[in-house]
Amino acid sequence: MRVTFTVNGRRHEADDVWEGESLLYVLRERLGLPGSKNACEQGECGSCTVRLDGEPVCACLVAAGQAEGRDVVTVEGLAGYEAARAGTAPREVGTVQQAFLDAGAVQCGFCTPGLVVAADELIERNPAPSDADIREALSGNLCRCTGYEKILDAVRLAAGRAAAPEEVS
Amino acid sequence: MEFLRPRTWQEALAAKAEHPSAVPIAGGTDVMVEINFDHCRPTHLMDLGRVPELHEWEVGSATVRLGASVPYTKIIERLAPELPGLALASHTVGSPQIRNRGSVGGNLGAASPAGDAHPALLAAGAEVEAESVRGARRIPVEDFYTGVKRNALADDELIKYIHIARADGPQQFSKVGTRNAMVIAVCAFSLALHPARRTVRTGIGSAAPTPLRARAAEDFLTVALEEGGHWDSGRPLPPSAARRFAELCAAACDPIDDVRGSAAYRRRAVGVMARRTLGWTWESYRGEERSTRCA
Amino acid sequence: MAGTADTTAATGAGAGARTGTGTAGATAVGARTGTPDGVGASARRPDGTLKVTGEFAYSSDLWHEDMLWGCTLRSPYAHAEIVSVDIGEALAQAGVHTVLTYDDLPAERKNYGLEIKDTPALAHGRVRYHGEPVALVAADHPETARRAAAKIRVEYRELPVVHDEDNALAEDAPLLHAGREDDHAAHVPHPNIVHRQPVVRGDADAAARRADVVVTGTYQVGMQDQAFLGPESGLAVPAEDGGVDLYIATQWLHSDRKQIAPVLGLPEEKVRMTLAGVGGAFGGREDLSMQIHACLLALRTGKPVKMVYNRFESFFGHVHRHPATLRYEHGATRDGRLTHVRCRIVLDGGAYASASPAVVGNAASLSVGPYVVDDVDIEALALYTNNPPCGAMRGFGAVQACFAYEAQLDKLADRLGMDPVELRQRNAMAQGAVMPTGQVVDSPAPVAEILRRVKALPLPPERQWEAAAEGGRGAVDVRALPGGLSNTTRGEGVVRGVGYAVGIKNVGFSEGFDDYSTARVRLEAAGGEPVALVHTAAAEVGQGGVTVHQQIVRTELGVGHVTVHPADTRVGSAGSTSASRQTYVTGGAVRHVCGLVREEVLERGRARFGAHHPAWTSAELLLEGGKVVTSGGEVLASLVEVLGDEPVEAVGEWRHRPTEPFDLTTGQGFGHVQYSFAAHRAVVEVDIELGLVKVVELACAQDVGKAVNPDAVVGQIQGGTTQGLGLAVMEEILVDPSGRVRNPSFTDYLIPTILDTPTIPVDVLELADEHAPYGLRGAGEAPTLSSTPAVLAAIRAATGRELPRVPVRPEHIVDV
Repeated sequence: MRVTFTVNGRRHEADDVWEGESLLYVLRERLGLPGSKNACEQGECGSCTVRLDGEPVCACLVAAGQAEGRDVVTVEGLAGYEAARAGTAPREVGTVQQAFLDAGAVQCGFCTPGLVVAADELIERNPAPSDADIREALSGNLCRCTGYEKILDAVRLAAGRAAAPEEVS
Repeated sequence: MEFLRPRTWQEALAAKAEHPSAVPIAGGTDVMVEINFDHCRPTHLMDLGRVPELHEWEVGSATVRLGASVPYTKIIERLAPELPGLALASHTVGSPQIRNRGSVGGNLGAASPAGDAHPALLAAGAEVEAESVRGARRIPVEDFYTGVKRNALADDELIKYIHIARADGPQQFSKVGTRNAMVIAVCAFSLALHPARRTVRTGIGSAAPTPLRARAAEDFLTVALEEGGHWDSGRPLPPSAARRFAELCAAACDPIDDVRGSAAYRRRAVGVMARRTLGWTWESYRGEERSTRCA
Repeated sequence: MAGTADTTAATGAGAGARTGTGTAGATAVGARTGTPDGVGASARRPDGTLKVTGEFAYSSDLWHEDMLWGCTLRSPYAHAEIVSVDIGEALAQAGVHTVLTYDDLPAERKNYGLEIKDTPALAHGRVRYHGEPVALVAADHPETARRAAAKIRVEYRELPVVHDEDNALAEDAPLLHAGREDDHAAHVPHPNIVHRQPVVRGDADAAARRADVVVTGTYQVGMQDQAFLGPESGLAVPAEDGGVDLYIATQWLHSDRKQIAPVLGLPEEKVRMTLAGVGGAFGGREDLSMQIHACLLALRTGKPVKMVYNRFESFFGHVHRHPATLRYEHGATRDGRLTHVRCRIVLDGGAYASASPAVVGNAASLSVGPYVVDDVDIEALALYTNNPPCGAMRGFGAVQACFAYEAQLDKLADRLGMDPVELRQRNAMAQGAVMPTGQVVDSPAPVAEILRRVKALPLPPERQWEAAAEGGRGAVDVRALPGGLSNTTRGEGVVRGVGYAVGIKNVGFSEGFDDYSTARVRLEAAGGEPVALVHTAAAEVGQGGVTVHQQIVRTELGVGHVTVHPADTRVGSAGSTSASRQTYVTGGAVRHVCGLVREEVLERGRARFGAHHPAWTSAELLLEGGKVVTSGGEVLASLVEVLGDEPVEAVGEWRHRPTEPFDLTTGQGFGHVQYSFAAHRAVVEVDIELGLVKVVELACAQDVGKAVNPDAVVGQIQGGTTQGLGLAVMEEILVDPSGRVRNPSFTDYLIPTILDTPTIPVDVLELADEHAPYGLRGAGEAPTLSSTPAVLAAIRAATGRELPRVPVRPEHIVDV
């Protein structure tokens, strides 16, 4: 079947999609957007987190056909999505992404794309999250390398910078 | 495999009548796992995502009419005052990403004994509205679960709404998992006080082939509260009665040993949750009573 | 073609190339801080930006024009005879390009293995574990391949299953591998024992008679999974020369190649490997997974073949941590001096050897822990069974032993009425101590000090779930309680416990292994700047090796701009990214080769400018900030001037000082090159009625010799600590008596979420090991050891239960 939907602001068409394919497979294997990761394909790890019509969801659990006509944001478009939201000029690396770099929250990085999408949504929804809020919002994103401490640091840092954007160099 | 995209409820019913083996998919949080792991290859996959009614809810005077596909996140954010037990249960479902997609209709369709919504529906009191081209019917939720991952739906039927009684008193939900988030229930328990009718209802999950009510425990507690004059006095139940209630809840279980936990543990844990949730709901009832009287 | 991070494939004539071989201690120049982001700085990862933007190419992201998808058919039985295999129907499916079985293996050699080559590339006549690969399919879509695989008809006849020590070692036990010819076959008491290592020192019997208190215990460790997030995956591309190019996530390219090439019937140089992005490893990529399979399919079809396991298959696609049963006896005098230790450690190696021999060596030699005990009688062995194969996982051998000996120390402290930290400190080893193997610990061993540090930390406040709550008095935040979001308690039944543990892990490959690494470093002037390229085959699996290599080059050559060449087999072996060894050994190689480059640069400088300034020949010269300077700080020339148009390049190997095998009957020998120590204090809250645990804080102190990248060191410690926590309270692959895996998914194999993970304060000590580059000490594994027993000690303190098994389950805590 053919599936047509918007990804990171661009309209995409995928042909010959097998009906059992997930949105994740279509993004990764048909649209050349492998940033969303395939760690579990059962909704347990969050590494494929994308925004589907604004909601953070696991792309592995969305049937490709369900994405028809919908609007998807992936990690590849996250910085642009943030800029559009804030009405600022697009940057290569968004606030949350930069904070992950600065806090040393990236090791193998396989969980990172899902985490930055989820954390960006948290800060959009709750600009001053408590530690417990951060933990709850990210409880669907498994990381096997870091022990999460530096991920918490990164989200705190990003929230602080988002609240005071002029301080970001 | 064929992908069906009904745009209206009538189209969905017609498609299901034509293809009774079609697997409906809404949030995909169960169905897609089955497909990704090669556990199921349906002839047809029917996306219910475009049927508007399924995503809507209506708060009536006595019940909430919940569209089958309303995601858990919406229940938590919008329906907690009317459906406190279900909102608590919804909060324990998977992860934020799962709660954004998963729905009560999906939980019912899968009819896994571990589904988080079931105990809360049982305790609150609910009916499942199923429909086919042949017509609609309402199934009391107690009768909806017919076996492990089996439900009362006919091949041509789809779940449209869940009619859930609006809370008239405190409700609680607890679930035991071996992780502090994102965990499938080892067992779960829900309790609803119904002061208007001076009854209580319970729901037990993942401790029997189907979700169930602990009816003997409900009866015992209803009588104990009535006879002790507790509804009026607000006095807490004596510890011996609370213990007895917990024992009866545990006795209602018919659990198995599996990778998630042992049968003996499940029984024990249901008893502990029953005792604790009784304490919490009663405390809350007393608090409400006091503030009502003071006002 | 997608490659790895920061890929500038600088090639060239290699003018001025030097080669050389070094050993530890050969270079005398210490670390200087003249160039920013060098050794000792928390430099940023070179692959960081690509990783946060989703552009980093992991092995599962690879794509090639016209590629096919490979799929593996695996055994549903743990032990069965393969009566027949019929591929006819599968092969006839539209879109299927080939179906391969054992009969299609092209070479004389059919088996592979890290040390013992006992693992068939595809099963032949018999399967020995649930999930063993039987056949392969290549098709134009993964679903086509899966459907075809399901149409392969395999007739099995089930065989009796070997599943535990008793039935493995019975006289009439079915043999997993009859007719063994490996190096261990001659000395093991039963052919179902992979390897057995005793360690005997002093006279344990006599010492036991001096003991005032003796405690015994039998402990069990469940089968843990590495659960790296990036699934096994790779892309094999057939080449015109009959060879194959393989892009793969692995821990050791050259070891893979050595195992792959003979099974393909190719010379090693025709198997060209490039490291694709690796989504974590933790030991689980030390063995081959689909490497040979993808190559076979590519060579047969003449097309590129991609294979990606899903999470279900991943649980069958790699080895796990050895489950173990450990029986211990400790004795002590009334004043808390250990008299002796006796123990027997039985590890379940599963169906194939994998790293079992090395796991046995570690378990035996480290079984006493970081304590001084003169009289020991130790035996460790690994079994062959029909359970899933077990091999490398972070801290192997030492993790299992640490759980048991630390439980024993607590038991002993309790019997002696002594503080458990005090007892540990009283027996703690220090530099100069003698190991049970007779080896003298010849670098700092601050065991008592790291215990002191974690104990001295203030305890987190009580009833933290109230402090965390909004909404005033009486309000609770369930997220801070055992059970978390599941809403099981508001404080009822919750009891706090505090526990301590300390561990010892060897660093690097031991027991006489020639443990070396290779590096190529090139320095040139480009665009008016000096730039360096560093090329090794070291697998970056997330730990930050690429960052460390840049830092070392910056420090040694005084250049800011350092590019990391993708790891591949065009350079010599770097050894494995395991055993906490890469910063030590490949770091050592990079440093050594930088020294060769520096010599060449200075030689060239002397030739060109020596006549202009006497310091060129008389002073000690350094490369700093892009310049040649004297040790007094005088600038002699810029690197750009010295280099001119001609790059300087050097390649060299570097190895740590040699070790020796343990004696097969006494276990004596200089077996390990270095030891690493960490201590933890765990603070837990246990719901004693429901058996649920919330770890509130897990503080760690660890000596790392020298923190080459302090942020990365802390990240390693926090990550390792969390994996230890997982083993303590939730992680276990469950195998039923028929050898079948019961929970191969992330729904039922649980790893800690961010809500399960506590605050992890880390105290890093830097006591230099004079034998190691920069004085550093391998850091990645030690924190995984002591984390688990510290959590268990805390749970025991809260519950009063013995809890001799990990992971501890709610059933064990409430005792039903």
